[in-house]
Amino acid sequence: MSALNQLTIAEARDALRKGETTATDLTAACLSAIEAAGALNAFVHPTPEIAMDQARAADDRIAAGEAPAMCGIPLGIKDLFCTKGVPSQAASRILQGFRPEYESTVTQQLFDAGAVMLGKLNMDEFAMGSSNESACYGPAVNPWRRGNDTAPLTPGGSSGGSAAAVAADLCLAATGTDTGGSIRQPAAFTGIVGIKPTYGRVSRWGIVAFASSLDQAGPMTKTVRDAAIMLGAMAGPDPKDSTSADLPVPDFEAALTGDIRGRKIGIPREYRMEGMPAEIEALWHRGAEMLRDAGAEIVDISLPHTKYALPAYYVVAPAEASSNLARYDGVRYGHRAKLAQGDGITEMYEKTRAEGFGKEVQRRVMIGTYVLSAGFYDAYYNRARKVRALIKRDFEQAFAAGIDAILTPATPSAAFGLGEMADADPVAMYLNDVFTVTVNLAGLPGIAVPAGLDARGLPLGLQLIGRPWEEGDLLNHAFVLERAAGFVSRPDKWW
Amino acid sequence: MSIDTDTARRVAHLARIAVKEEDLPALAQELSGILTFMEQLNEVDVEGVEPMTSVTPMRLKRRADAVTDGGYPDKVLSNAPDAREGFFAVPKVVE
Repeated sequence: MSALNQLTIAEARDALRKGETTATDLTAACLSAIEAAGALNAFVHPTPEIAMDQARAADDRIAAGEAPAMCGIPLGIKDLFCTKGVPSQAASRILQGFRPEYESTVTQQLFDAGAVMLGKLNMDEFAMGSSNESACYGPAVNPWRRGNDTAPLTPGGSSGGSAAAVAADLCLAATGTDTGGSIRQPAAFTGIVGIKPTYGRVSRWGIVAFASSLDQAGPMTKTVRDAAIMLGAMAGPDPKDSTSADLPVPDFEAALTGDIRGRKIGIPREYRMEGMPAEIEALWHRGAEMLRDAGAEIVDISLPHTKYALPAYYVVAPAEASSNLARYDGVRYGHRAKLAQGDGITEMYEKTRAEGFGKEVQRRVMIGTYVLSAGFYDAYYNRARKVRALIKRDFEQAFAAGIDAILTPATPSAAFGLGEMADADPVAMYLNDVFTVTVNLAGLPGIAVPAGLDARGLPLGLQLIGRPWEEGDLLNHAFVLERAAGFVSRPDKWW
Repeated sequence: MSIDTDTARRVAHLARIAVKEEDLPALAQELSGILTFMEQLNEVDVEGVEPMTSVTPMRLKRRADAVTDGGYPDKVLSNAPDAREGFFAVPKVVE
């Protein structure tokens, strides 16, 4: 058996049930790994005491029998989730010191299933970013390196800490959230699996809001099977989130039959971007061949409005963010600026928000404010919402024509170096989301699966997009791709 | 669409974010760059298109109009930067 922290959820579950290990041993192994991995800056608020308490409780449940699949599984939790009594600051200075008096629905469900929280994970501030560099904690670092080059690479973003922690075996799996690609891009950059479920599949209650019509939480795991197991524990209707869907949660793991014979896989021609690296193109090609070899039919499809997804996203997401982030005013929680003699409430708001929000967050709040302001609402916001409807219609037409899943690259490149994009235009960073953002706009489920290495030894991922509410079917396609790709590479331990 | 310094100042104020006068030109330029990127949306024919509201058509859920939570002011105030006598305290609002 591998070291305990290197196990998958499925392996750990089976070992726990057979009595071959205990939740306390698993948890202790992860806590040691975390302690030795300070250089990755993945865990920003470790919670070893809570973890050991939960692990002991899990062992009692397992001993009593009838323990659910997630019982005793040590997890990392993205800092965006409110966890009772534990710092939950969305990697922002403005939430410094905030300790929620309540538990998010997702973490509550995971804890009810017996899962163990090892601590809170680094991320881009308010989930706005693609490199984890906007975090108030400094960036998480990718455990992968370019061969012998020691230059630190980004684990991606915004769920960069989650991706780094799972890839470095600091935890068995982690929670992530995805507004424009924040689960799938970091998963691809670190050689792990990440699924963004259908919008409404997982409750958003207690997750710090970025763009409410796009945000969706999901698991980040070492394997597709683990994603199926963990998603089952995270998903389900929630009376506290009026956008959560009143649909039963199927057994996602049971959907992993490995049989996709006769299924139709769409290859959207608009995703063949100009200037796309040959390696990405080749990987995409190989992915299609693997699915064909598994008995699927590969079909060229068209999603004509793809080109407009990024600009539509960068209207809708900042607009919703400017509204959601209005609550950080220095009154009810978090940071409040020191005021000068004679400062009134307006100065308090303005100074607090200038000090508390980082540069990217300020930029997006201001863009959102502008596109929602009088005279521009129709020209920008309403137009973007209509374009969004057209993007969704493109997908609906493809599915109506019999397509079962759509295969695309997950990212336009492998992980880049920390600091490499520092002087780039903000729009250049936004291009990281080019393959993932359409899925959020249309509300569909999408999954990133590790599929190969680039010439410098960095992982590359492929994305599969599924029909709404058909995560089980999507996971099964991903399972076939994962098996065929046979991705077993691990980062060399340097930290 | 290009944003001038005056517009940048107005947007910053609407967003309640203090921006130093000398930083406004750079901010204006940055915001203009992002808005130029969004101008592509004008190429799309959206005539007669309804804005998207949800993934699958669903009626907004309703619940009984009843109190289901609350009654713990200490918890509500526990994270406040300044709370006094059961209230959030802020600088003087009315002269």
